[in-house]
Amino acid sequence: MATKMPKVPVVIVGMGWVGGIIAAELTKQGVKVVGLERGKPRNTADYYMVHDELRYASRYDLMQDLSKETVTFRNTEKMAAVPMREYGSFLLGEGLGGASVHWNGQTYRFLPYDFEIYSKTVERYGKQKIPEGMTIQDWGITYDTLEPYFDKFEKLAGISGDAEQNPMVGKRSAPFPTKPMVKTPVLKLFEDATKKLGYHPYMMPSANLSEQYTNPDGITRAACQYCGYCERFGCEYGAKADVIVTALPIAQKSGNFELRSYSNVTQVLNDGKKASGVVYVNTVTGEQFEQPADVVIMASYVFNNIKLLLTSKLGKPYDPATGKGVIGKNYCYQTNGGSATGFFDEKQFNLYAGAGSLGMEIPDFNGDNFDHTNLNFIHGAGIRISQTGQRPIATNSVPKGTAAWGGDFKQKSLKYANSVLSVSPQGSSLPWKHHYVDLDPTYKDAYGLPLPRITFDFEEQDRQMIKFVAGKAAEIMKEMNPTTIGSSDQLAPYNIVPYQSTHNTGGVIMGADPSTSAVNSYLQMWDAENVFVVGASAFAHNSGYNPTGTVGALAYRAVEGIAKYLKQGGSVV
Amino acid sequence: MADKNTQHTPDHSRRRFLKYTGTAIGGVVVGGVIGSAVSGGFKKDTPQTSPTPSASPNPQVTADYNQAPMFLNQLQLQVAEAAAERIFPKDDNGPGAAELGVAFYIDHQLASPWGVNARTYRMGPFVKGEATQGDYLSIERHELITMGLNSLEETAKTKHTKGFVDITPEERDAILTSMEKGEILVVNGITGKTFFNSFRILVMEGVYSDPLYGGNKNMAGWKMRKYPGNQMSYTNMIDKDQFVVMEPRSLHDHFVH
Repeated sequence: MATKMPKVPVVIVGMGWVGGIIAAELTKQGVKVVGLERGKPRNTADYYMVHDELRYASRYDLMQDLSKETVTFRNTEKMAAVPMREYGSFLLGEGLGGASVHWNGQTYRFLPYDFEIYSKTVERYGKQKIPEGMTIQDWGITYDTLEPYFDKFEKLAGISGDAEQNPMVGKRSAPFPTKPMVKTPVLKLFEDATKKLGYHPYMMPSANLSEQYTNPDGITRAACQYCGYCERFGCEYGAKADVIVTALPIAQKSGNFELRSYSNVTQVLNDGKKASGVVYVNTVTGEQFEQPADVVIMASYVFNNIKLLLTSKLGKPYDPATGKGVIGKNYCYQTNGGSATGFFDEKQFNLYAGAGSLGMEIPDFNGDNFDHTNLNFIHGAGIRISQTGQRPIATNSVPKGTAAWGGDFKQKSLKYANSVLSVSPQGSSLPWKHHYVDLDPTYKDAYGLPLPRITFDFEEQDRQMIKFVAGKAAEIMKEMNPTTIGSSDQLAPYNIVPYQSTHNTGGVIMGADPSTSAVNSYLQMWDAENVFVVGASAFAHNSGYNPTGTVGALAYRAVEGIAKYLKQGGSVV
Repeated sequence: MADKNTQHTPDHSRRRFLKYTGTAIGGVVVGGVIGSAVSGGFKKDTPQTSPTPSASPNPQVTADYNQAPMFLNQLQLQVAEAAAERIFPKDDNGPGAAELGVAFYIDHQLASPWGVNARTYRMGPFVKGEATQGDYLSIERHELITMGLNSLEETAKTKHTKGFVDITPEERDAILTSMEKGEILVVNGITGKTFFNSFRILVMEGVYSDPLYGGNKNMAGWKMRKYPGNQMSYTNMIDKDQFVVMEPRSLHDHFVH
């Protein structure tokens, strides 16, 4: 039997970026909040020995313990799903701060086009442009409505970026809070090449602070040291924005916040119309607790948001046969491929130095920034160069034709250790009727709950897109004048083994229509007015941009909705 | 840098002496940190008591009491070193896997949580899926690696009537290549390919991980590729056009400062 705790106004499931922001903002307003985090507490002092590639990058020290829970995967419904037994394609965070601790800090906003993708595609190309089975839909919100929330998130984190507005991305109401990061020789090479080709390069918006910064809450953080250990690592300086060095201290200072670590939520209690609280397990003792609450905020990673709703029987599960139902619908990923690698025989760059979001992008082939009339795909990819710090275990690029081991491999991998650059597209991922997440019929987690099951593959749309942007990436690399170029414009079927991207999206999508979306534009569930499901799970598709900027904006949007609901109840739209 | 004496049988008493003097490692003494796999010096060594620093004729003499195999048996350790050396061989650029201590690194990893798949999903059924669905091994990583090492030894014995460490480098390469191609079964149902891929990654980790893990001896792996290791800040040089070479620092440096 679960021990019943005293009722609270708000309980939050998961203390990552989303949970932390919502906790900070609500407690500032005087609302009592309990935050449940299944992992351990931690802070910057825990990263004293963080420059350890083996521990953090190869052995995934900060990631979810897969012995307790994972996902299962299959490419199509014809295959039997098998568990992801070890890490590969994407990395799930765990512990206080969640993925905000181990991210790179690349903080883009989605394009205005993204939020109205269906309408704008039909408007420009006609309905027949959308292939059979592709389930793109508008998000029920516009870029202009979301703009102030983007601004809030960027000010919380101190995002660094160009002072001038790039003409091809959403218009900003205010400049970036901090100046752009250092434009290194590598970045300049990319900038010169892309400008010569007539494109519009700009500095990657970065959550690695370019200078000391004090945010509107009065929290001051130090500048990034370009140490080259961001993605998969925590930042010992607090220069990389995460929720522990930004929002959480505000919540904790308010006196209205209680954080419970080692608390794994296993159920959202509900009667089908409203939630009454959550059940969680103390992962240290195994004891069960019930936490009653007026409002339940689901703020864990995409898969856990979906899984908890399905196992708690909250919302209508998606049925791929009919296309009806919403929970698990429109699972999307990121389509990465088509990068061009340049080997520079005569040049060495300081590639060991860098930062997670030290880079540049051209938006010219992202979204609908180019004409798709004669192309067999919609949307596109951001084409980038980045200097994140080339760590030696992970980075041993050799020209094509070199063996994978032995004397020649050693010689070439050493020769090019500081002389290899890549121009890489990060492609959008659009939803299909037959891509979704449901519950696995066979495999269970350590608490006896079914694992989430992913059914996903790359489609002809993705292969065409990668072929197209691969040509652009190779063109840019050629202009950068390396000795030799390696590139491929082929996209293989989705494979869960090689690392690609931790940008999993969808499953609890937002929209204006309760029959095709799970949450409204305030992230409030259509089917349960006191449940808000916040995060990239709300994305109706994934753009060619990193998701965190948009996730942060949605968190601020949700705060407004939750506050409204606490005052007046009912649907807030 | 090591000299050209690597092909000669070492003088054991001299070797032992030099082995325990700090100046000798990577200098006169040949081969890897567990002895020269090339000359077979290690396996012919008889167990002996290490001289204690105070009893030594040389005040600089120290024995590294923190270093000994945790997991593999003696033969497996030697085979691991010989195989690792073929994957990342000594050449004009600098030491190979043997001298870098990669065999010790691998041994230590097999004894670690990684070796027993502590943080991987282990509930059954274990079903062989498609290539796109990933690993399905029901055995643990330390079992895969030791079975693979045993298989290298058995294959050498079958083909050449000699152990893996006693055949020529070319013969070792041929066996490793068969492993890589999956032509040799390591154990029922598991091809050499699975072992080889995992072993190759272990070797690269042993070459380039922080020395605290037992490989990358004296940061020589990093030095070869001009990787500076654990530095606190590159703010002063991040915008520089010229390539900056700096003396690497390890996590040990970070810890004691």
